[in-house]
Amino acid sequence: MGPAFYIAAGVAIFSTIMVITRYNIMHALLYLIVSLLSVAVIFFLYGAPFMAALEVIIYAGAIMVLMIFFVMMLNLGPQTAGDERHWLSPRIWIGPAVLCAVLLIELGYLILQPPVLPAGEIVMVDPKAVGKSLFGPYVLAVELAGMLLMAGIVGAYHLGRQKKKITHRFLERTAQ
Amino acid sequence: MIISTTAGLVLAGILFVLGLVSMLIRRNIIFMLVSVEIMLNAAGLAFIVAASRWGQPEGQVMFMFILAMAAAEVSVGLALILQLYHQLKTLDSDEASKMNG
Repeated sequence: MGPAFYIAAGVAIFSTIMVITRYNIMHALLYLIVSLLSVAVIFFLYGAPFMAALEVIIYAGAIMVLMIFFVMMLNLGPQTAGDERHWLSPRIWIGPAVLCAVLLIELGYLILQPPVLPAGEIVMVDPKAVGKSLFGPYVLAVELAGMLLMAGIVGAYHLGRQKKKITHRFLERTAQ
Repeated sequence: MIISTTAGLVLAGILFVLGLVSMLIRRNIIFMLVSVEIMLNAAGLAFIVAASRWGQPEGQVMFMFILAMAAAEVSVGLALILQLYHQLKTLDSDEASKMNG
């Protein structure tokens, strides 16, 4: 189990770094799919096979396909990659990156401290327990998530709707 | 099993910080949305690791809520980016600094 975890973790970190340094959006999205798949492997190793399946289906499947279709629909072209290369000069990113690295080192130091509780081993949580918990004490939160998804659908439709342009052809000619 | 809770939490921290750096340094709006996704995914990883540490299903339940919220957020965010691109003809987030109501 140990080598599998470290291989998957290395793939996840490397592909995430590739995501945040690409100029082309499509390349970054493909690397992000690889990152999500490796995180799904890690979920499986931590005893959550149902969540690994959900990660593959919903994150790497549905959400990433939605973003790829969106990028295809915008039809950006090489101009955007050139803009991105211009915006992402080292003078801009070195400051925030160094500050976040300091925070990361501090976080790792605090986690690697000797734990108060005895360090336990991985416990398998089966999907049945998750389902009983989801529809037992958390059923109100499930309903709220349903309302959130409904609001997301209606909001996305309302925002993405094109204004219907009604112009007669003669009027359009005079308008030019 | 050999893998420890600590390794999973450190990995979640690294992924979250990478998403945070990307959020801070990028000016393309789609990349900012992608980095929000990276951060949400790292938070979900931390929840899963905690769930397996204590053997409780609450962490996985919370990951499912994160998943639902990410789906709704991506759909609304992409619609907003679409409108912004139609109005400004660019993906630069600095161009959207004028709030003409």
